[in-house]
Amino acid sequence: MHDLVTKIIESRLPSTEVFRGLRKHRLALIGAGIILVLIFIAILAPFIAPHDPIEQNLEHRLLPPNAEYPLGTDNLGRCILSRLIHGTSVSLQIGVIVVGIAATTGVTLGLIAGYRGGLVDELIMRIVDVLLAFPGIILALAIAGILGPSLYNVMLALAVVGWTSYARVVRGSVLSVKEKEFVEAARALGAGEARIMFRHILPNVTAPVIVMATLGMAHVILAAAALSFLGLGAQPPTPEWGSMLNDGRAFMRTAPHLTIFPGLAIMVTVLAFNFLGDGLRDVLDPRLKGAAR
Amino acid sequence: MLTYVLRRLGLMVFIMLGVSVITFSMMHLVPGDPAEVIAMERYGEEITAETIEHVRRELGLDQPIYVQYSRWLSNVLHGDLGYSHRTDRPVLDEILTRLPATIQLALAGMLVSLIIAIPVGTISATRQYSAADNISMFGALLGVSMPNFWLGLLLIMFFSVHLGWLPVFGRGSIEHLILPAVTLGTGMAAITTRLIRSSILEVLGQDYIRTARAKGLKEKVVIYKHTLKNAMIPVVTIVGLQFASLLEGAVIVEVIFAWPGIGRLLVDSIFARDFMLIQGCILFIAAMFVLVNLLVDISYAYLDPKIRYEVK
Repeated sequence: MHDLVTKIIESRLPSTEVFRGLRKHRLALIGAGIILVLIFIAILAPFIAPHDPIEQNLEHRLLPPNAEYPLGTDNLGRCILSRLIHGTSVSLQIGVIVVGIAATTGVTLGLIAGYRGGLVDELIMRIVDVLLAFPGIILALAIAGILGPSLYNVMLALAVVGWTSYARVVRGSVLSVKEKEFVEAARALGAGEARIMFRHILPNVTAPVIVMATLGMAHVILAAAALSFLGLGAQPPTPEWGSMLNDGRAFMRTAPHLTIFPGLAIMVTVLAFNFLGDGLRDVLDPRLKGAAR
Repeated sequence: MLTYVLRRLGLMVFIMLGVSVITFSMMHLVPGDPAEVIAMERYGEEITAETIEHVRRELGLDQPIYVQYSRWLSNVLHGDLGYSHRTDRPVLDEILTRLPATIQLALAGMLVSLIIAIPVGTISATRQYSAADNISMFGALLGVSMPNFWLGLLLIMFFSVHLGWLPVFGRGSIEHLILPAVTLGTGMAAITTRLIRSSILEVLGQDYIRTARAKGLKEKVVIYKHTLKNAMIPVVTIVGLQFASLLEGAVIVEVIFAWPGIGRLLVDSIFARDFMLIQGCILFIAAMFVLVNLLVDISYAYLDPKIRYEVK
């Protein structure tokens, strides 16, 4: 019986169907392709970057793109391309860590709130309401600002702000899933609360979480770059795209490449996650799927 | 309707209490002894133990935490958000001085966003899956993904540095407003366009539209008279929901264009470690946000009777 229940659950989110759906979504495929390339760049950064990203060479400062420095150099003579390549790993790490913490916290609390109901639900959801009363980036800005400028504080601040939307969505899904027969069956078989929540209900609420996490990567990378641009995130000499853009501001007239390339890197990365997230939403959103049939 | 409004008001009071607890707690996030940090910010690095104790007593930091909170809350309710150590002026005065600039920027940004989003969203929905629709939706994704601080810098580079048409910094004439408003409005337009498109598509699927078409009405009449009117109801919510993005965007736009609004005040106060001012700005922004959401909810309930009777 347990096997049967598991099979029913697993049949609800067949990964082959997701891949088949995504194959038809051209932009999602482009997004996934770009993300794969970015992951390779991040992993292979030390081998593919033409120069040391933090090595200063004042004789070569503010050079336009040329054969030795394909994207030019900054005001300290550092290779822009090398800094962008190393910045890829910084941005992806920020995204993965923040989304990981926010999603884990939000999903766990959303599961508990939706499944338990009552006072626990009230408490968790009212905390969510209160946190959502702040415009996210502004709260993150204040938390990071008070804790002091650093990449870790920015990640912490974004995670504190980010878990709420996961909790709210998961709770909503749990409310409908927990009334399903297979949950009752699991309960009748004597499964404990934790097992029912994480083994039986969780797999049925993952679809929106996957979509949110993908779009969340885009949002977090953008927000972290914004906070670094304001000077609160990555500190020199870390090659982070937002802070590179900030460094380039003073040289807009003489060296526009300092402004153009880091912004382009942020946009392409965020766009790739948005493409993939949009595609996943189309494939995984049951309402749209129903409408298509 | 009255019951609905009262329920929403009750919820707002609760949320504002929660907001006040979080804002108050922020002061205690300061690494180390808050009294010492504040004393150092005020009087410089060389401070005596007496000075620290003086600051601790003055700010009530020697009291139990619940006493500190109730005293702070009572002050806030009387309009006293403390003093900025940088300017020695009341925090509320500092914020209110900057408020008109932020409101002006937010309204201009919203206007830019609607000017772009309403026609593009309408064309996109009425010609679903056409080339125009695909291009607008791609453009919308591009707009959502483009960092507004980058867009701002590109606009400055092109229109101010290269062409010399518009001023780079500050506030004063209408020329000063154009670049910040376009920077703020473009990103928002991307989101609004998608929402307007889906709202119109939803209305287009309704029975009364089929009836209108079956009656033989011209497509223009169906779109402008029957569809748009109904599809614009959710736009009220959209505009409200966008308020958060507006405020978030305004912080960065104000910094880039040296626009003297609350966002820039907040960032300046963070770098000056002016904790009272940071606390005041956050509380004020959250209160503004909660209030706007309340007004949106009420106006939405007024426009759409279904909401009034919705059982939560």
